[in-house]
Amino acid sequence: MLRIFQRTTGRVAGSISRRRRSRFAAPAVLLIGLLAMGGVYAAFTPADAAKQDDATEVAKGKALFLVGCSSCHGMNGEGITTKRGKQLGPPLVGVGAAAVDFQVGTGRMPMAQPGVQVPRKRVLYSDEEISQLGAYVASLGPGPEVPAKSEYDVAKASNESVVRGGEIFRTNCTACHNFAGSGGALPQGKYAPKLTGVTEKHIYEALLTGPQQMPVFSDAVLTPEDKADVIAYLKKTEKTPGYGGFSMGALGPVSEGMFAWLVGIGVLVGFAVWIAAHTARVKKTGEDA
Amino acid sequence: MSDVHSKEIARTEADPIADPGVESHLPRPTDVDPAAERRAERQVAMLFGLSAVFTVLCCVSYFVFAVGDNPDTIGGLGASNVAIGGFLGLALLFIGIGAIQWARKLMGDHEMIEMRHPSVSSDEDRDEALAAFDAGVTESGIGRRPLIRNSLIGAMAALGLPAVIFLRDLGPLPGNKLAHTVWKKNMRVVQDVTGVPIRPSDMQIGQLVNTEPGVFYKDGPDGEPLYHGTELLQAKTKAATILVRMHPDDITPSRGRADWGVDGILCFSKICTHVGCPISLWEQQTHHLLCPCHQSTFDLADNGKVIFGPAARPLPQLPIMVDSAGYLAAQSDFTEPVGPSYWERG
Amino acid sequence: MKTPFTSNGTKAAVAPKPNRVGAAAAWADERLGLATMAKKQIRKVFPDHWSFMLGEIALWSFVVLLLTGTFLTLWFRPSMGETVYNGSYDQLRGLEMSEAYASTLDISFDVRAGLLMRQMHHWSAMLFIAAMLVHLMRVYFTGAFRKPRELNWVIGSLLLLLGTLEGFTGYSLPDDLLSGTGIRAADGFMKSMPVVGTYMSFFLFGGEFPGDSIIPRLYTVHVLLIPGVLLALIAAHMLLLVYHKHTQWPGPGRTNDNVVGYPMLPVYAAKAGGFFFIVFGVTALMGAFLSINPVWRYGSYNPSEVTAGSQPDWYMGWPDGALRIMPGWETHLFGFTLSWNVFLPIIVLPGLMFTILLMLPFVESWITGDKRNHHLLQRPRNAPTRTALMVALMTFYGLMWAAGGNDLIAITFQLSINQITHFMRAAVFLGPVIAFIVTRRWCISLQRKDQDDLLHGYETGVIMRDPLGGYTERHLPLPTAAAYTLTARDRDEIRQLDPSTDEHGVAAKGTGKARLQARLSRWWYGHNVQKPTVAELEEAHHHVEEEDAHDAPLVGHAADGHQFDGRHDVVEGDDLAHHRD
Repeated sequence: MLRIFQRTTGRVAGSISRRRRSRFAAPAVLLIGLLAMGGVYAAFTPADAAKQDDATEVAKGKALFLVGCSSCHGMNGEGITTKRGKQLGPPLVGVGAAAVDFQVGTGRMPMAQPGVQVPRKRVLYSDEEISQLGAYVASLGPGPEVPAKSEYDVAKASNESVVRGGEIFRTNCTACHNFAGSGGALPQGKYAPKLTGVTEKHIYEALLTGPQQMPVFSDAVLTPEDKADVIAYLKKTEKTPGYGGFSMGALGPVSEGMFAWLVGIGVLVGFAVWIAAHTARVKKTGEDA
Repeated sequence: MSDVHSKEIARTEADPIADPGVESHLPRPTDVDPAAERRAERQVAMLFGLSAVFTVLCCVSYFVFAVGDNPDTIGGLGASNVAIGGFLGLALLFIGIGAIQWARKLMGDHEMIEMRHPSVSSDEDRDEALAAFDAGVTESGIGRRPLIRNSLIGAMAALGLPAVIFLRDLGPLPGNKLAHTVWKKNMRVVQDVTGVPIRPSDMQIGQLVNTEPGVFYKDGPDGEPLYHGTELLQAKTKAATILVRMHPDDITPSRGRADWGVDGILCFSKICTHVGCPISLWEQQTHHLLCPCHQSTFDLADNGKVIFGPAARPLPQLPIMVDSAGYLAAQSDFTEPVGPSYWERG
Repeated sequence: MKTPFTSNGTKAAVAPKPNRVGAAAAWADERLGLATMAKKQIRKVFPDHWSFMLGEIALWSFVVLLLTGTFLTLWFRPSMGETVYNGSYDQLRGLEMSEAYASTLDISFDVRAGLLMRQMHHWSAMLFIAAMLVHLMRVYFTGAFRKPRELNWVIGSLLLLLGTLEGFTGYSLPDDLLSGTGIRAADGFMKSMPVVGTYMSFFLFGGEFPGDSIIPRLYTVHVLLIPGVLLALIAAHMLLLVYHKHTQWPGPGRTNDNVVGYPMLPVYAAKAGGFFFIVFGVTALMGAFLSINPVWRYGSYNPSEVTAGSQPDWYMGWPDGALRIMPGWETHLFGFTLSWNVFLPIIVLPGLMFTILLMLPFVESWITGDKRNHHLLQRPRNAPTRTALMVALMTFYGLMWAAGGNDLIAITFQLSINQITHFMRAAVFLGPVIAFIVTRRWCISLQRKDQDDLLHGYETGVIMRDPLGGYTERHLPLPTAAAYTLTARDRDEIRQLDPSTDEHGVAAKGTGKARLQARLSRWWYGHNVQKPTVAELEEAHHHVEEEDAHDAPLVGHAADGHQFDGRHDVVEGDDLAHHRD
């Protein structure tokens, strides 16, 4: 291919000596051409979400909803109650796009099997689909919107924010989620999940929408600044090294006691057995049994 | 050892098999093989030597790894702790292992026999001791002088009193203190930590707010907070509350409590009636409140009734209203003592 | 029987020539007369078994606690006075907290090796109590608490109780959220006591909870009062051990009147001293790599805050479990409140359990009427009722302990805490009963197996096939040492009522106490398998000789089962009978 190119240019621009032409000239021109094509295309193609019609988003969301969500939440998100008065899926009118972004974005929804609580699992929808679903659910009734990045971006949080966030965290959150965000038990098999490995946006949305049994922390009481402080504390703590060693799950005295017994007593009793064991003996002379 | 005599079965009833005696001693490889002995000796010395090396490394780590504002880390763990502790542990461990190896491989290991002696003293000693005691008691005359004996007992017993009485000022008498909190009529219910007062419209159904009396966030005339330090903690121990908002149709207030809430917003004590842990595990769909300490569960839609767990009394409810500025405030103090039960509670 | 060894050497002992150490010893002896005591103790004999070292784990942990604890006292400020934190842990900077908490943070982050000492102190506290528990179980299962060692058992039980209290006061000192919640619960326990509850609470805290006195007062208890008593009790415990000498397992040459083992100097000094360094080293490694009680993550104590998974340290887990599964019973009488839901599980039950623990040796000797001195240990299987009783108590303890962690069990295994609680309410009653029955039968089965081995020999694994096609397994008699060990135990004597009759032929009825003792003794020893009598052994041996005669044609052939396939050469003089003792 290169040779064909060189032969072609050599014929057309006969006055340019071959020595001045770098042997990378051909591939360079090819590359520039490709980049130019792509750039022009990107520049002139309308941007995805910004330029799409909102109604189209809602329609696409509805289509996804009908396939993946309506069997529990109803054809119009009105919820389905069973004959015995229990809920198959709650009504989604007024839960807002934030709730959808949280539930679907953490993989909780769609629920794989009925149960007292839905666990975090593999995310099944792409970001685009999630925002479309959110747009559809938001159209059912006004509710919390997906927060803007500025509200939960804590990369530049001050230490005062982190300290304040810790105070708010210990007052409002540790009773369910434990001091390190390692999770805790709720009645009847439910639980407050681990907070480690959850994105800032999802933490914000959980606070805002109160998923499943979690209470709602509305912006009017726990302001966006308060929420950002909590997120700042959580993210800072996640990055903090274990000063004392491995945390063993950060579950408190129960796991510490287990390690004391299994590792501490186990190893020491092992040593005791070794200390008192009979050492090797020179072979018997054959008399004694 | 195959002692022919031991094959004979003993004729005594108590011992069907005769005692063959302590096994004869068998030598260890280190006892007979000089090469093995030297190897063991080198092994023990090496263990001790390594221990010394680790001790030096431990001391070096103390100075090398920083703590404080910019602590060093290794693999996500605190470097100072891991290094100092790890080297110290190995240093100590190797001394121990070396000493044990020395004992097992090289020290003389013939089993010895030591005879036991009876725990009881000999009869002569007992008699002598008793005789000495008797002589002493007789000479003291205490047996013949009941007046002296009894008055002595009385005097010594009386000395118990100061020992108890001197402890009186350990603390004040409880009085009626446990039955009251700082809550008063018109005192605002504010969010804990941030101190913001709350309007009913600020709360959504399913919301929980951890709250405190508004007075905790007020300053006195000197510019200092009215409550701080020990007094603040003592007051919080009884006055901490939670606000929850439920659908009004879900609530079944007991008699006289119909106006204790505002539009489905209820205020309850945060202090468990079992042994006093603060509770804020609120399940917004079931309206149950779970205490993390011993799993007492309260139904807040049903006047804080205990539905599971070791608590015996329902959670006290604080009657609330909307004050003149539109914020949630208390109608009065709690109508019953808050927190764990006690004898005089009634 | 060989003459007993009293020395390891082959030459007579000769006092070495004086050197510097000798000169120092002479100086001390002139003032203290140590040689009289030393001459007996330096070569004191201790028997060797791994289970005898469990108490040592506790002893050496205590030493580690003293050393690391002293370090901590140099920096810890036992005061609840308010201060603002300005140390290096970012997440708490600027917050108001007590001096106690702030100084703990300083030790953890601004004192080099401070966090290590804190963690070593906490780990060795856990090991101290765990080792005492394991040691207690060993002593009980082997019958080492019998006369003359009952007092040592009592001292040991007190050590266990005091150790638990010491641990509780210790981890409460940093005034963090978790331990503060525990103190709050303790306040609730005190308040539940009838009549004096509120007074006790106000006097201990110097007013309403939390007050500003509890941390300094717990500090005094933790650093001065309890360690003093612990030291005295440990000294008494060791003194009794030295005086009574250690118990030993029965075996060849080991009788109730001697001790067979190794001398203190050098072997035991090396083994025990070495074990001290091992315990110290393992504790240091745990303190280096395993984070324990990260108080900076809990935050300072605040009565409005709590964490999920609030438990006391493991050794208080079982009363916590009792507290969790107790139903919410309360009585209101004449204006007074009786909180059974708190008082029963946390005041009455631990008191009851501790009393049972203390009384175990005395109850056993009351039932069995055994007043002899016992220096030989018993295998657990040879005391089935005793073993079963302790296993039942352990089952109760273990179930309560698990109940104390019910919320963590729930989230780890995805169960419902409500169901776990309901299960435990039944299990703590049924479990010990089932455990008792199963353990007793198991011990008796093991005794029957031992009896079988004694009478019929052990299974060799050699399968013989006779010409008619039948399979049998060859048994060979136990070696003498093993057989002796199995029979070196007392026969159980069931108490009998006085069988005499008076002149009219009326049998003596015996007092109520005697009748009860006789019944209990029958229950205690009831189904035990006693060691065989001489006659039984002879009969069994006779039986074996008969079997030998049956196999006589096989004598002179390969003894390992290859007789019929010709794959093993006969070794000159090798036959089955030769393998017997």
